[in-house]
Amino acid sequence: MLRFLCKRLALAIPVMLVVITITFFLIRLAPGGPFDQERNVPPEVMANLHAQYNLDAPVVRQYFDYLGDLLRGDLGPSFRYTTRSVNEMIARGFPVTMELGLYAILFALLVGMPAGIIAAMRPNSLQDYVPMSAAMVGICLPSFVLGPILMLIFGIWLGWLPVSGWGSTPGDKILPAITLGSTYAAYIARITRGGMLEVLSQDYIRTARAKGLSTWRVVMVHALRGGVTPVVSYLGPALAGLLAGSFVVETIFQIPGLGRFYIQAAFNRDYTMIMGTTVFLAGLIILFNLIADVILVWLNPRLRQEAGH
Amino acid sequence: MTLQRYSRFILALAGALLLSACSDGQRTAVEIGNEQQILHMGNGDEPSDVDPHTTVGIPERQIQLALFEGLVSKSSETLEIEPGVAHSWDISEDGLVYTFYLNEEARWSNGDPITAEHFVWSWRRALLPGLGNQYAYSLYSIKNAEDFHRERISDFDEVGVTAVDERTLRIELESPVPYFLELLEHHSFYPVHPPTIEQFGRPDQRGTRWTRPENFVGNGAFTLKSWEPNRVLVVEKNPHYWDADRVLLNEIHFYPVQQPATEERMFRAGQLHIINLLAEERVPRYKSEEHPALRSFANYATYYYEFNTRVEPLGDPRVRRALSLSINREQITDQMLRGGQRPAEHFTPPGAGYEARARVPYNPEKARELLAEAGYPNGQGFPTLTILYNTLDVHERIAVVIQQMWRQELNVNVTLRNQDWRVYLASKRGGDYHIARSGWVADYYDPNTFLDMFLSDGGNNDTGWSNERYDELIGRAARAEDTEQRMEYFQQAEAILLEEAPIAPIYFYQYNHLVSPSVRGWHSNVMKHVNYKGVYLESQP
Repeated sequence: MLRFLCKRLALAIPVMLVVITITFFLIRLAPGGPFDQERNVPPEVMANLHAQYNLDAPVVRQYFDYLGDLLRGDLGPSFRYTTRSVNEMIARGFPVTMELGLYAILFALLVGMPAGIIAAMRPNSLQDYVPMSAAMVGICLPSFVLGPILMLIFGIWLGWLPVSGWGSTPGDKILPAITLGSTYAAYIARITRGGMLEVLSQDYIRTARAKGLSTWRVVMVHALRGGVTPVVSYLGPALAGLLAGSFVVETIFQIPGLGRFYIQAAFNRDYTMIMGTTVFLAGLIILFNLIADVILVWLNPRLRQEAGH
Repeated sequence: MTLQRYSRFILALAGALLLSACSDGQRTAVEIGNEQQILHMGNGDEPSDVDPHTTVGIPERQIQLALFEGLVSKSSETLEIEPGVAHSWDISEDGLVYTFYLNEEARWSNGDPITAEHFVWSWRRALLPGLGNQYAYSLYSIKNAEDFHRERISDFDEVGVTAVDERTLRIELESPVPYFLELLEHHSFYPVHPPTIEQFGRPDQRGTRWTRPENFVGNGAFTLKSWEPNRVLVVEKNPHYWDADRVLLNEIHFYPVQQPATEERMFRAGQLHIINLLAEERVPRYKSEEHPALRSFANYATYYYEFNTRVEPLGDPRVRRALSLSINREQITDQMLRGGQRPAEHFTPPGAGYEARARVPYNPEKARELLAEAGYPNGQGFPTLTILYNTLDVHERIAVVIQQMWRQELNVNVTLRNQDWRVYLASKRGGDYHIARSGWVADYYDPNTFLDMFLSDGGNNDTGWSNERYDELIGRAARAEDTEQRMEYFQQAEAILLEEAPIAPIYFYQYNHLVSPSVRGWHSNVMKHVNYKGVYLESQP
């Protein structure tokens, strides 16, 4: 197991380096600089601005300076939010996005897994069609449609829940979590159904049934462990996707998370901010995939043996 | 678990969540704010900083208006100049020397008195080349300020700002500027507290920690209480402010809400008193309902197209004028935009004692004649040009309509190209365009802010157009002592601008937003100028 971990971690280093290098040069190739604005400024002012942020140095030099700072854990100052460092912005934004992502995943699991299990218990019956159609709608309905609909119903018509904010009024985390989680709930429902169907047709399940165990016990005790394996392997990328993709939900619900910083940084040509968030998210995605793999190995004895060798 | 049991469980869970959410008694932020005099405002983008010498945006400006005060301030009701830090001032007869007498009661938010020397220090900082102040040019009307900023001189004593004594400030100008008091109200002229800035870095260092709430010292009616990026920035009443009796609000909460749709929902759910911008397409509905919160008013700003005169055949004024004459502006404002915008048959919006006489009316016959004269009868042989605009729905719709108008009236084909904001700016700057969508929002309330843009060496003139007579007229207007004469120069200059047509004005902006009826003393005006003094909240009857 330790060797498996070390190997995976060693592989992560070149991946990160590629991500850093490509992002670093790509953003500098994009037309328009971080200090361009509607009113033109004299070239002297622009030169001074560039000097303040080390943009007057040759690009290759900037690149190695950046790598050096990165090794020290310094992601530099934000160009756009001048009083803040990228480290500070990530430290502020990430916990919020993480919390939102966790609630969303929790919602997705709570709704998606039971729906998938129920559907798999009687395939091609009404008990299958109803949750699976709902899942299809969930997948097709993008969050920028679902969010405003939920806001309109629960925020404006019924007045039950706030339509924006994060942690400032009770209940303001509910709608964003549902909005963000619903697509994932739908996917999880479909994946669970598929996994369960496969497992339920296996011999050991037939044996369990033949022993006279209740359906409930067969499903929850014997089938579930094998049936949810695909869900677990989906969770790693899903959580990473939630973090990087929470931008829409963060924007429509006014949530001060990392996703919003990330997208705005690209529009603002906030070089350090784009780099910082990209590096951070890339690291996170690698980490989540690794964790998902470790859990998979732990769940599946066959893989465990392979990892051991 | 059976399906029934499962659905019952989910329903119970949802019910519990909702109940826990509604336990705060259904009172909205606006209702609570009305009682406690806390104003909740949508403020567009997240402010980059609140330092008046390093910021350029409107969201920052809205906050700075609460946190700082210049020598003079401005009424949002009449747009007239009122005393600020200075209680009175003298202007020399030749209009070159301004002497300001500072209010003895004027204090920083930490209680320190504000002195004339603080202004000298602040303006020196605003002009320090190393600071990279993008608005430093607004101080260029002060004698030698431009030379100091562009490092042609290094001794600030040569710049025309002197502290005569603790409470007297003397300013010498390069040449008379009739709107100088207007300029003084701009944030680049705001004073900053020297000891605070020096405590956290060099005067020409950007983004130091002096603007953090725990360090901040300002001189406005409010002071910085808290600032959570992308969530909310809170200012609270400044007890040391000289006119604190007239400050009726206890706090203002500025929310960085980028999406007008989100803002509107927050308003409807009682989370905001004021929204920054009502989406174009929502205006007709609020209008037809006669919604009491809708504020719709003319803005001192113009939407127009620029022609790149370096590109053939746009180098020919007849071609440019023909294109401009064949735009049916009324159709765009009345049938498409429907937000109260006025068709612009001239460039400078009416206001500040000036309304242009010259016009570019909708006249397709005349346009066809001009185009034929230029060698393109019925559009024959006319190359395919491209309209460039920054990616936004409204710009696209306008470009499509104009594309159709030109095809229909002139048999001229144009293609459309949209670019992300920064790319669009770079293309326009670099002259990499044929026809570009543009907008200009006044920096100060005077026609000069529109017309001096097209000077041959104007920093924002991306059209490549230059005209000696035009330059001369704008120069004369700057030196004119008589207002009527000055306006006459502007009239003549604008006539040249429309005749030569390096631009095609399209419409004058209309500003639409929502202000809750519980907000009193809030005056919407052409400059979108806000004065928080005198604003208060009243619970709705």
